[in-house]
Amino acid sequence: MNLQMVWVLLEKEFRLEFRKPSAFNGIILYVVSTIFISYLCFKHIVDPQAWTALFWIILLFASVNAAAKSFIQDSKAVMLYYYTVAGAAEVIVAKIIYNCLLFCVVGLLSYLFYSIFIGNLIQNQGLFIGALGLGCIGISGLLTLVSAIAAKTQNGTGLMAILSFPLLMPLLLTLIKLTNYAVQGIAFSVCAKYLVVLGMMDIIVLSLSYLLFPYLWKD
Amino acid sequence: MKQNWYKVLAVILLIYTVVAGFLGEVPHLPILHETIRNLYFHVTMWFTMMTLFSIALVQSILYLRSPNEHRDIVSAQAVNVGLAFGILGLLTGSLWAKYTWGAWWTNDPQLNGAAITILAYLAYSLLRKSIDDGEKKARIAAVYNIFAFVMMVVFIGIIPKFTGVDSLHPGKGGNPGFNTYDLDKNLRLVFYPAVLAWILLGLWILNLRIRTQKLNLLINDEQ
Repeated sequence: MNLQMVWVLLEKEFRLEFRKPSAFNGIILYVVSTIFISYLCFKHIVDPQAWTALFWIILLFASVNAAAKSFIQDSKAVMLYYYTVAGAAEVIVAKIIYNCLLFCVVGLLSYLFYSIFIGNLIQNQGLFIGALGLGCIGISGLLTLVSAIAAKTQNGTGLMAILSFPLLMPLLLTLIKLTNYAVQGIAFSVCAKYLVVLGMMDIIVLSLSYLLFPYLWKD
Repeated sequence: MKQNWYKVLAVILLIYTVVAGFLGEVPHLPILHETIRNLYFHVTMWFTMMTLFSIALVQSILYLRSPNEHRDIVSAQAVNVGLAFGILGLLTGSLWAKYTWGAWWTNDPQLNGAAITILAYLAYSLLRKSIDDGEKKARIAAVYNIFAFVMMVVFIGIIPKFTGVDSLHPGKGGNPGFNTYDLDKNLRLVFYPAVLAWILLGLWILNLRIRTQKLNLLINDEQ
């Protein structure tokens, strides 16, 4: 794997994003309007379980939408160009890093807006942010590969959710568990076990994406 | 006859399973009582499903190493047959749960794991249907199959161990049941043959489905 190539591809993703920020703005607008609709429905949520569930469902849908464009947006010609200048490993690593950063930003912004409108029940901020970061790594690894799969089908975006939800469950349930602990303000040492599980799942998901992507990309 | 021995064995063992399963002596445990017989008809479904999904996994990995149509057909049909057994497992379990736990569905790690597994493999079938090109379909489905299997193992095998959530199932979390301590001699005498019988039946159905699928492809080619 050529790290320089990864950097070039990553730079290209960012440059595209800055040149045409409508996609990024779209995701942010999606999150904000979903949170606002939830606010109009629920007003303030004081029940920790409902708070956690709603937050993760909003983030889940936002990230599926955000990831869907990572391969579907690239036309056949652009993909062909990648093949000639870079290897499969570089492309998938660059896309995963980019998606991971994107999800972290979207996650933090959602948390901000969610706190403003729905209320903030988190007592252990460090634990929650840590879990969010680790979760973003795993979710981006999984969704990037699934979006590469979905891009090969006729109705890509529709399949995205169906294909990814069952596979996301292990990650999501661990994240919800950790969020519940963060809401209760339980110390780091008690939930270290879950952070380790989350980290292990991240490693599994990332290595699977890295190993399987080369089989997806030739047409 | 040489290649059909397992079908004969399957039929004999299935008859034995049904007869001995309903008439045989079973230990009388609290809560379970006579429903303990579901061991032969519910637990065996999961064994068969896992066997078939493992076959599909192996064939998918082999397909990615060296593509050939036979492997793709085996892997796709193994998933189909495995799904059928999985759904039967959910139905037999749900019916049993209604009369033992008092609800069709409970929030139990094993139930959730089973449901997510079935959803993932239904998504696999849908994925296959939404790609037309044969070779591309086979390759992409193989990739998804491998990913789904690994995540299923993570979900069913690893998470419950770490989170320490006990299942309601017999033998788990201090419930009376047929774990290694009290899997009694009479139960074993039927349970092990029953597992073999259902797996053989699954393989037989798989064999038939592979053959019809190949014939279908031949007919389509000639047209």
